[in-house]
Amino acid sequence: MSLLAAATPTTTWYLVLGAVLFGIGAVGVLVRRNPLVMFMCIELMLNAVNLSFVALAKRLGDIGGQTTVFFVMVVAAAEVVVGLGIIVSIMRRRPGATADDIAQLKG
Amino acid sequence: MELGVFVIAAAMVIVGAVGVILRPNPVHAALSLVLTLFGVAVHFVALEAHFLAAVQVIVYAGAIVVLFLFVIMLLGVDRTEDITIEPFKVQRPMALVVGVGVIGLVTAAVSSSRDAIGRGNGLEIPTVTGDNDSNVRQIARSVFGDYVVAFELTSVLLVVAVVGTVMLTRRIKSGKGES
Repeated sequence: MSLLAAATPTTTWYLVLGAVLFGIGAVGVLVRRNPLVMFMCIELMLNAVNLSFVALAKRLGDIGGQTTVFFVMVVAAAEVVVGLGIIVSIMRRRPGATADDIAQLKG
Repeated sequence: MELGVFVIAAAMVIVGAVGVILRPNPVHAALSLVLTLFGVAVHFVALEAHFLAAVQVIVYAGAIVVLFLFVIMLLGVDRTEDITIEPFKVQRPMALVVGVGVIGLVTAAVSSSRDAIGRGNGLEIPTVTGDNDSNVRQIARSVFGDYVVAFELTSVLLVVAVVGTVMLTRRIKSGKGES
């Protein structure tokens, strides 16, 4: 088995790409302090999972994977709407707040 | 041909994702997110998920990123922030460890389960379910057939999200004056 024989992208490639995208998103959530950018990194992780779902749906010949991605997109839209509403109401009260400043709810 | 599409789209995805977490300006991060989302849409087309590719462009790049940009402009946070400030010194190395660990572990899991998902034999299935229906028709059968209860619950979720957001961001104008 040579590498040149596998010159067409296989499912494994897509899964590895999804893993890389998920890792980058996870690092972004942990590193960035701006809540808006943290939300964007959550979107990155959702997209990584969507990519894995679609790759496996194609490989296994099951349309259910694509249906799941459809529902993930709906939930992502709802999550962004609620999250941005929360961020707007926080930022209106204290402009320029970072994720470290919004730790008031603890304990 | 397929290889070229994969490499270019993967480069779009990775460059955009790195841009999201490295750009100091939130507007630039949102535009990098658009690049990633388009790259994922290209991958969807290559994987014959044409309906999801269209939804990806319309909903993600068209609606969600515009919503992000709208909130950025509304809050006036479209300034370059200093991302060199780090309150917890150990957080960035630990985050890198976590990221590399996640990528390594998932890659190891994928490569160890290659027997279940096919060993390097390509994407040989011509259409997703094997019959000649279009992708949209297949998804419609699935969503409105097998998953119709989940679809109806999704409508409940969206209504709750919209009403909750309106309640969250509403300014209370009661007689108590400025609160």
